[in-house]
Amino acid sequence: MIRIPPAALIGLFFTSFFFLCAIFAPYIAPYGMAEVVGDVWEPSSSEFLLGTDSIGRDLLSRMIWGGRTTIFIATAATILSFVTGATLGFFAAVSGGWVDQALSRFIDLIMSIPSLIFALVVLSVLPTTIFTLIVLMGLLDSTRVFRLARAVAVDITVMDYVEAARLRGEKIGWIIFRETLPNALSPLVAEMGLRFIFMVLFVSTLSFLGLGVQPPQADWGGIVKDNKEGINYGIQAALYPAYAIAALCISINLVADWILSRTTSLKGGRG
Amino acid sequence: MHPIIKLVAQRLTLGILLLFAASVLIFAGTIMLPGDVAQQILGQGATPVSLANLREELGLNTPPVTRYFNWLGGVLQGDLGTALTNGRDIAESISGRLKNTIFLAFWAAAISVPLAIFLGLLAVRYKDRWPDKTISAVTLTTISIPEFMIGYILVYWLAIKFRWFPSVAIINDSMSLLEKLNAIALPVMVLTLVVLAHMMRMTRAAILNVMQSAYIETAELKGLPMLTVIRKHAFPNAVAPIVNVVMINMAYLVVGVVVVEVVFAYPGMGQYLVDHVTKRDVPVVQACGLIFAAVYIGLNLIADIVSIVTNPRLRHPK
Amino acid sequence: MSEPLLKVRGLKIGATIYPPGEKSRDIEIVHGVDFDLEAGKVLGLIGESGAGKSTIGLAAMAYGRGGVELTGGEVWVNGRDVLQSNMPDKRKLRGAEVTYVSQSAAASFNPAKRIMEQVTEAAISQGKFSRKQAEERAVALFEKLGLPDPENIGSRYPHQVSGGQLQRCMTALALCPQPDLVVFDEPTTALDVTTQIDVLVAIKNAIRDTGVAALYITHDLAVVAQVSDHIMVLQQGAMVEYGTTDQIINNPVEEYTRALVSVRSIKHIEKEPVGMPILKVEGVTARYKGTNFDVLKNINVEIHPGQTLAVVGESGSGKSTLARVITGLLPPTAGEITFDGRTLTRELATRPLDDLREFQMIYQMADTAMNPRQTVGTIIGRPLEFYFGLKGKAKQERIQQLLDEIELGEGFQDRYPAELSGGQKQRVCIARALAAKPKLIICDEVTSALDPLVADGILKLLLRLQKVEDVAYLFITHDLATVKAIADSIAVMFQGKVVRYGPKSQVLAPPFDDYTDLLLSSVPEMRIGWLEETIANRKMESAGN
Repeated sequence: MIRIPPAALIGLFFTSFFFLCAIFAPYIAPYGMAEVVGDVWEPSSSEFLLGTDSIGRDLLSRMIWGGRTTIFIATAATILSFVTGATLGFFAAVSGGWVDQALSRFIDLIMSIPSLIFALVVLSVLPTTIFTLIVLMGLLDSTRVFRLARAVAVDITVMDYVEAARLRGEKIGWIIFRETLPNALSPLVAEMGLRFIFMVLFVSTLSFLGLGVQPPQADWGGIVKDNKEGINYGIQAALYPAYAIAALCISINLVADWILSRTTSLKGGRG
Repeated sequence: MHPIIKLVAQRLTLGILLLFAASVLIFAGTIMLPGDVAQQILGQGATPVSLANLREELGLNTPPVTRYFNWLGGVLQGDLGTALTNGRDIAESISGRLKNTIFLAFWAAAISVPLAIFLGLLAVRYKDRWPDKTISAVTLTTISIPEFMIGYILVYWLAIKFRWFPSVAIINDSMSLLEKLNAIALPVMVLTLVVLAHMMRMTRAAILNVMQSAYIETAELKGLPMLTVIRKHAFPNAVAPIVNVVMINMAYLVVGVVVVEVVFAYPGMGQYLVDHVTKRDVPVVQACGLIFAAVYIGLNLIADIVSIVTNPRLRHPK
Repeated sequence: MSEPLLKVRGLKIGATIYPPGEKSRDIEIVHGVDFDLEAGKVLGLIGESGAGKSTIGLAAMAYGRGGVELTGGEVWVNGRDVLQSNMPDKRKLRGAEVTYVSQSAAASFNPAKRIMEQVTEAAISQGKFSRKQAEERAVALFEKLGLPDPENIGSRYPHQVSGGQLQRCMTALALCPQPDLVVFDEPTTALDVTTQIDVLVAIKNAIRDTGVAALYITHDLAVVAQVSDHIMVLQQGAMVEYGTTDQIINNPVEEYTRALVSVRSIKHIEKEPVGMPILKVEGVTARYKGTNFDVLKNINVEIHPGQTLAVVGESGSGKSTLARVITGLLPPTAGEITFDGRTLTRELATRPLDDLREFQMIYQMADTAMNPRQTVGTIIGRPLEFYFGLKGKAKQERIQQLLDEIELGEGFQDRYPAELSGGQKQRVCIARALAAKPKLIICDEVTSALDPLVADGILKLLLRLQKVEDVAYLFITHDLATVKAIADSIAVMFQGKVVRYGPKSQVLAPPFDDYTDLLLSSVPEMRIGWLEETIANRKMESAGN
């Protein structure tokens, strides 16, 4: 029986809550995503639990649909970022020599420009579709995964047990999948949580700036943008996504911390 | 030649090369993407004549390499080109806004840097006790919320509910310094919160790293008072890592500025950039992107140079 | 009877450990230790890793390192119980009455400050001497400790002097405030053997001339026998035996002490070379990529089947590089390697599987030589599966057979490396090498990370396995005692060259070349007076040369 510390339990609960809401949005959202159902900025009522937004859509429904969009984009971009970054990082570390040099210098170059600025530059000419966003964010962020994966793999490939495998005559596949990867997993898993959080923040920021998810599609950053004028009249509508994002990010952080501490305490530790 | 001068010169050269490479990347990012840029800018309803005119204006008919060097040549002479949307000189529009952005970033830095170092020291002093734990819980929270949301939360409470500060940060040259500071109070607060968390965490780690060195133990075993140990033995070795932390976070601040300016409708570079990205005004985006990248690269370069200059092994070679 | 300088009664020391993923918990690491130390005397604290000897040494300064806490008992220095002192009094004790010399001077000196400033700091800040007096004292100590250019060495930065010199500077740092007691914590362990002897002499003379008392902490009984008046043997935080140096070395009472004294006394009779050599290294020269000097210069050695060639040298001599060249990890720039009559290709990638199988490698750090995510069964089983295609029951049986051979019983198959002790880990590595049924095993410093008794066990095992399996060893080490214990032939390496090579009896018999003489005479022997003798002989020799 695994004993889960309370902090991780809370994290686990909220993380699953958000993901379940995202998956089952069509069934749990009281109204349609873009359905105008009431007056502008109605206060919360039994009809509209969180009130209505700047053009009279149900805010709770917008939040649920928006969470679905935000979480979907962030998940897809994280996966893309990991697949690209980790593959290239391991490849660079195991190949070494000029392949490693060329890849590393190129990544340095991309990282010398802040990702948000780079994203803005590219978005000034590209059409802002969800597909573009995922690819752009995933690729930009894969630079960080690359660095981590490469560093971890380099640490491992200089270990005597990897040398022992090479001396035995093992093929590259065994060395990557049986000797290197199992030892690189726990830092990568923890990093995955951080990258996902970063993606949520990134896509929300882009949408808030009007360069991410385009209306009428709902997403958390966009809800802030739509309702920001309301703040001046003391209407909280724009703040709900802030609470949601903070709750999601903190929960994931808690889960990631727990996974990291669990995997490092696995028999054998991290060597 | 002294090895430090050589290393610093090397690093500077590398920085300049990196800046050129970054300019290529920014240029390529806007020009070499698939699809017709003119079509993208004008949309589906564009007439063939207006498309042709825009292509001519953007120089799309000349090869990209030539265009890049024309652009770069201009940039090096201080000519950033003209905006597509209003035909104004970009350098002229930027200069005032750049000043405003620097003003905002300066005050954010002036508050956050000492505060972060102080809190970092506090966290180290009370490591694993409640001050440390509180600080790390608060920083975890601020890291988990995007800048613009911190902005609106502050606006909601401090500007609308309590009416302490204005909710928009509009400044102009006729305002006194005090008026200006009052106007930027909220954006400065947001930026401070945003970089404070990272900076404090990294400062804490940097100081802890130094405090756990064997030479600190040696100093303690000499019976020196704690303050002397910190002043004479920890501090000289902690300067480089802390400056490094500060520079990295200043670079981070550069990015934070973009979003915060939009939140507070502040007339700076960030808002200018975002506006023109929406309008697909490519020359403006290139110019702003290059300036942001240059500042970012410059700050990282300073961090590198500081750690070279303060390294005793390099300062006093064998 | 006058009160001793240092009186320790019932000293208990606890520590908090933080196992990852579990709750932290408190453990006791020293369980009530008593001893006295008279002014001007030297007490040696000896024990293996985990014996608590450093912790006890630091307790004399009322100091607990890291999470260590002095939980009980009394430590009296100059008639005061320092554990009960308040912080300002403890500070007056540290650096004035009691000072400390650590194992790693390189880490213990502040890299940003000049040596002189650090050496004199305690004496000045404790108000014992004026700056001028302290600096004069420091220069005198530098001279006494045999440092070059004593007048000016203080104005250098720590990284500008060598490791051996810095260790002497650390001794000067400890002696400068004219303390009553110095705690030496493994001061020569990190040094090469030929450097160790010089530092040891410097420390011994400095102790004698200044009349200071000392706690000398080390894991090496032969070293402590040279400097101390009394010896206390510690095991896992408790005292095993206490006595005069003479009694401990010559008439140990406890079994554990006897084992420590008789360590390195393995007798191995040299075998005559028979038949064709299994491995022949001819004219091998090698350099690392991007460097412009040869790390190996024209190496010629050979090994006969079932015999052991010991390659001995200090760090930087090229002995480990030789192993890399033979295994194909570093292609040589010239020369040829013949194995069992076949010429080996220069690079690992081009060697046929059978060549790879026939020589195996055992590493210094068993920790990093085993994948922490694989069980012992997987680690030993992989070569069986890889080279011989063994599967299922046959594989299991063979694994168990190998585990029996290395004297580990049932139930080890499913354990992970982290659950094994240092010696057990090294045994598993030996089993993994044996699994390939090799004709030659390269052993790279396989015992140097282990405690002496454990190392002895490994050497005995290797010797026994050699008989049973008829395997040859290429044994790389810096430790001449190990060489004497195990070798049939010896190659002495110095600066990338083999300076002496031949059967053990010849290599270890005079006349010696200068370097071999220096190396041989530097290995501490387990008898009192060895240090003086060696130094005296050396002087005669240098006078004769």
